[in-house]
Amino acid sequence: MSDDHHDLLELTHPPHHRAEIVFAVASFLVAVALAAMWSSETAWANGQPWSRQPGLWPLIAIVGMLVFGAGELVACLVRNARAGGGNVLAELGTWAKAGEYVAWFLIYVMAVPYIGYLPASVLFATLLAFRLGYRGLTLLLAPLIALGIVVVFKAGLSVRIPGGAVYDLLPQGLRNFLVVYL
Amino acid sequence: MDTFIDALAIVSRWDVIAALIAGSVGGVIIGAIPGVGPAVAIAILLPATFGMEPIVGLTLLLGIYGSALFGGSIPSILINTPGTPVNALTTYDGYPMTKAGEAPRALGLSFGSSFFGGIFAVVALMLLSPVLAKVAPMFGSREIFLAALLGCILVVVAHRGQSLAAGALLMFGLFLNTVGMEANTYSQRFTFDLGFLTQGVDLIVVVLGLFAVSQAFVLLIGKDDPGEAPTISGSVAKGIREVFRHPRVATAGSLSGTIMGIIPGVGEFTSQFLSYSFARATSKKPELFGRGSPEGLIASETANNSVPPAAMVPLLALGIPGEALTAMMLSVFYVHNVIPGPGLFRDQMDFVMALYICLALLNILALAFLLVATKPLLKVLVIPNRYLGMIILTLSFVGIYSLRNSAVDCMMAAAFGLLGVMLKRLNLPIVPIILGMVLGGIMETKFRTSLPRIRSLYSWIDRPVAMAIFCLICIVLALHLWGLWRDWRRKRNGSVQH
Repeated sequence: MSDDHHDLLELTHPPHHRAEIVFAVASFLVAVALAAMWSSETAWANGQPWSRQPGLWPLIAIVGMLVFGAGELVACLVRNARAGGGNVLAELGTWAKAGEYVAWFLIYVMAVPYIGYLPASVLFATLLAFRLGYRGLTLLLAPLIALGIVVVFKAGLSVRIPGGAVYDLLPQGLRNFLVVYL
Repeated sequence: MDTFIDALAIVSRWDVIAALIAGSVGGVIIGAIPGVGPAVAIAILLPATFGMEPIVGLTLLLGIYGSALFGGSIPSILINTPGTPVNALTTYDGYPMTKAGEAPRALGLSFGSSFFGGIFAVVALMLLSPVLAKVAPMFGSREIFLAALLGCILVVVAHRGQSLAAGALLMFGLFLNTVGMEANTYSQRFTFDLGFLTQGVDLIVVVLGLFAVSQAFVLLIGKDDPGEAPTISGSVAKGIREVFRHPRVATAGSLSGTIMGIIPGVGEFTSQFLSYSFARATSKKPELFGRGSPEGLIASETANNSVPPAAMVPLLALGIPGEALTAMMLSVFYVHNVIPGPGLFRDQMDFVMALYICLALLNILALAFLLVATKPLLKVLVIPNRYLGMIILTLSFVGIYSLRNSAVDCMMAAAFGLLGVMLKRLNLPIVPIILGMVLGGIMETKFRTSLPRIRSLYSWIDRPVAMAIFCLICIVLALHLWGLWRDWRRKRNGSVQH
């Protein structure tokens, strides 16, 4: 943010990015697809007036998405034709980068039921910190942070996360402790 | 008086005090870390609070909500980076003061203003409570339906320049709320024969995806900003006292925040806009605004910190959340089968009053914490962004997975996280999706329960409160259309002149 004299409109009117057209097209296409599926994805209750039909509110929402989506699409085209900052392809590339971290997250999710919450969290935090390029003390702190999160949430706040399958291989007393607290 | 004493008894419980301290101290720290913010923290903590009593869970979340704005001003003032989005205006005058060597004064002004705004709003609400207790029972199904509709309209029109995108996102939220088994006819709506969609799309999963997971992704794909922790020398106490030498600006800012906070869908930005514009228009030194004006800083911070207490009014009195954070808090009520709305004011006034007292106390605790801990707190400003992303992603897992131990929930949250990345990168609003889900559910339920009394279209507005809300809807729409027409004419005149 610049420290020059500010315009208050910066707060309420964020700058337009050309890649907004991707959002506009996608949201309009989603609305069209949902509208096409409305009759097959909702039921008609015989003997009920329109106001009590189960499909009424999805219809209101979809019509709203279509109307606002079409307006947004037109407005975006106009704004992009006039000006608008940013490179659309570069922005799409930035969004795609997030895909890698989706994969990291889902592997973490899949690992928890097998190896347990604590080991999965420690491994996830350490490996991700390593992938991000952290070394030395910052890297060493990652497993400790994961341990802290597990202790606070599972042992302290008693959130419901079942024990891992590998816990069953451990002696009964240790297994019970791990299932309850870690 | 009995109600107040009962409320004090609730607040003096050890678990409420612990939640109050954890919430207010935690909120200040979270607010001070750029890139986290109260929405992320509340989304992550939400499922953990389901195991607590409503007053304990709500106190913890309110503590974070109310005190995060205190902490958010620190990076705004010292490194020109807002700790939370609503602290953006604080950079306008706070950072120039830091550059002029007045950082402690700016921090003191900010803390004092936040405290003034917070306490002002709580006192106003306490005084307003008897009126609310009388007005709230006048809201039946029709009135709540119309109030929710007004909230939806306000959410759209409040996003000037982005109303179409906000409308599309609000409708998307409304659509998400309809997915699943329809409760009256037991028919499926948009489940695509997928078993996990029969239960519908869980609000918490969407909230965690859009706020927490998306923020983690945004930080992870970004860059670290290597820098050293800023240091300050001198006391902030003088700045705090200085706030009280500007009662006109502080009161106007707090009043603006309180009024805008009560109106669903409007929130901090509008209150700051009004407060700052007023302060500049009435100042003897308007040329200083944006260049290090103490009045500008006071206007900004009083206006944003008086919103959280005021935002509790539509939630508690009508069960209608005005923005995303109170929408999250609504789920705490629902989980415990406590239905906010007119009945709450009638039957559990001690509970409502206890929440108000907690709101007042959290402001005191946040200020006290900052008086002793501002200097050590500056170290959190240098936590690398991508490292924070890793921590938020690890924390997000707890929030999502602990709901139903469902990997599908995590996948949905990841999908909403990607959507959130797109919206955040494009500066498009996320809040309309959440409010669409919550207000859509309220509107559908109240629409159905109103139907037996509806004979004609006029029946919707044949009661005084319903008529008043309908008139408000008409005024809001008329003002919005007028604003659009004015903008269009200005642009046309501009292009003609060129």
